[in-house]
Amino acid sequence: MREVREIVCLICPNSCVMKVYLEDKKILRVEGNMCPRGEEYAKQEIIQPKRVVISVIKVRGGDMPTVSVKTENPVPKSCIPKIMKLLSRIELDAPVSMGQVVIKDVCGTNIVATRDVRRKPAPKL
Amino acid sequence: MERYPKYDVIIIGGGPAGIAAAIRSKELGMKSILIESREILGGVPLQCIHPGFGIHYFKEDLTGTEFISKLLKKMEDIGVRYLTRAHVHSIEVRSHNEKIINVITSEGVKRLETKTLIYAAGARERHIFETNIVGDRPDGIYTAGEAQTLMDIYGIMPGKQVVVVGSGDVGLIMARRFALEGAKVVAVIEMMPYPGGLLRNVVQCLRDYDIPLYLSHVVKKVSGRRRVEKVTVSRVDESLRPIKGTEFELRCDTLILATGLIPNIDILERIGVIIDPATRGPVVNEFLETTVPGVFAAGNALVINDSVDNVVNQGELAAEGAHIFIQNDGMPSTGWKPVKKGRNIRSAVPHYISGMRDVTFYARVRAPERMVEVRVPEVHFKRRLHSVRPAEMITFKLRKELLASLKSPKVTLEVVRLCEK
Repeated sequence: MREVREIVCLICPNSCVMKVYLEDKKILRVEGNMCPRGEEYAKQEIIQPKRVVISVIKVRGGDMPTVSVKTENPVPKSCIPKIMKLLSRIELDAPVSMGQVVIKDVCGTNIVATRDVRRKPAPKL
Repeated sequence: MERYPKYDVIIIGGGPAGIAAAIRSKELGMKSILIESREILGGVPLQCIHPGFGIHYFKEDLTGTEFISKLLKKMEDIGVRYLTRAHVHSIEVRSHNEKIINVITSEGVKRLETKTLIYAAGARERHIFETNIVGDRPDGIYTAGEAQTLMDIYGIMPGKQVVVVGSGDVGLIMARRFALEGAKVVAVIEMMPYPGGLLRNVVQCLRDYDIPLYLSHVVKKVSGRRRVEKVTVSRVDESLRPIKGTEFELRCDTLILATGLIPNIDILERIGVIIDPATRGPVVNEFLETTVPGVFAAGNALVINDSVDNVVNQGELAAEGAHIFIQNDGMPSTGWKPVKKGRNIRSAVPHYISGMRDVTFYARVRAPERMVEVRVPEVHFKRRLHSVRPAEMITFKLRKELLASLKSPKVTLEVVRLCEK
């Protein structure tokens, strides 16, 4: 069975609108991409859509009440609820430094901190 | 005569533009100090936990928080002097190279003297009293930035059932943040017939989470006794007026306003800086010097930017301008040529150029178009663009070699449509 699917590239602000031609779920070709990264993205999006997940985790005793985090690599979209649930349940102790792995090996990737939280009393709201 | 601490350059505002200006000032050997009103340096990116920052400046895709941490590290390494919790009360212009800055600090009022000034105090968000939304004013109405601060600095959820006004990138990103943290995003409401943000953000923020986007719609009214209970939404006609009889209600407990930013220019206006009604920021020349000599502007205080890379470039350029100003005891030029706005150009920065140096233009269009060229006919400059949209800044550089051929007393920026294939 032949099929054409439209996919918007998320790699850069150009937001290329691409057409993916499929035959029996096999990718024949990709059109409309301005660079090779677009083709790669479109193929991944057909096989298994992936996203980087961003959120914050509570921190005890830091100069900021939370630390921002991200998944080191994009994770399958179906894993996102599981990751969010996990992040909402944990609390860290200050200090946390940028790039530090705060949770190891979730959905084939790590959760890393994206800012520094120093040990200090939290600012009053 | 009173004597005050003297500086070559004082930078007002400790966000990306101010920090970049301070770093460059120090590199150029100027005696400088950075003044920030908050307790911490960093500005807006401190609360931007999403990626998309610094692809040009640091050559990698960083989150806002990662970007600002790296920039602050660079600043600390180079040893920039700064004050925090310091509010600039006023500026006194004594002469072209003598300005007094009155600063309120925790140790009392300080008076600082400087030859030049880089104003990088950012922008503020448009608030509900500047929109046409009537009705009650209960709890649950936030600007996007307020909601972002609550969620991503303090870890507090502002609400559970959310309507977002405005589909610019800020509105789209906040809709996703709410959805990701478990809130129900009822709708994103956009007045224009097209989304304000990048298409990739419409896809990854709205489609990924099945959030409905209402184009050509406005929120007319908020209802609720103590907390927001519902909003009334209406369709608008081509001249953006609500159409009677198209109203419907959306139940929600939170209304998020992502309705744009306005440069913070009150202090500049008070010293007589001319403001461009199109950008709502100051009128500047190619070194981002305002109409008051030796006063420069950069970042969102100059023009609302959509990438932190542009903001950083503006900060650096302003510092280079201040350096040239000091070396020459004024900005050298044989005459400034105005930049005219041609077809489909809504705003353009800078407003005046000398024609003797490289110039980076920052422009926005009035209406979206596909398959176009941005042109400067006086110097035969052309660049093909796949698409232009009001929400996306057009940035391009004209080299001085090209400008050397400029005979006309002005330059014009225009967007010209190419024939469809």
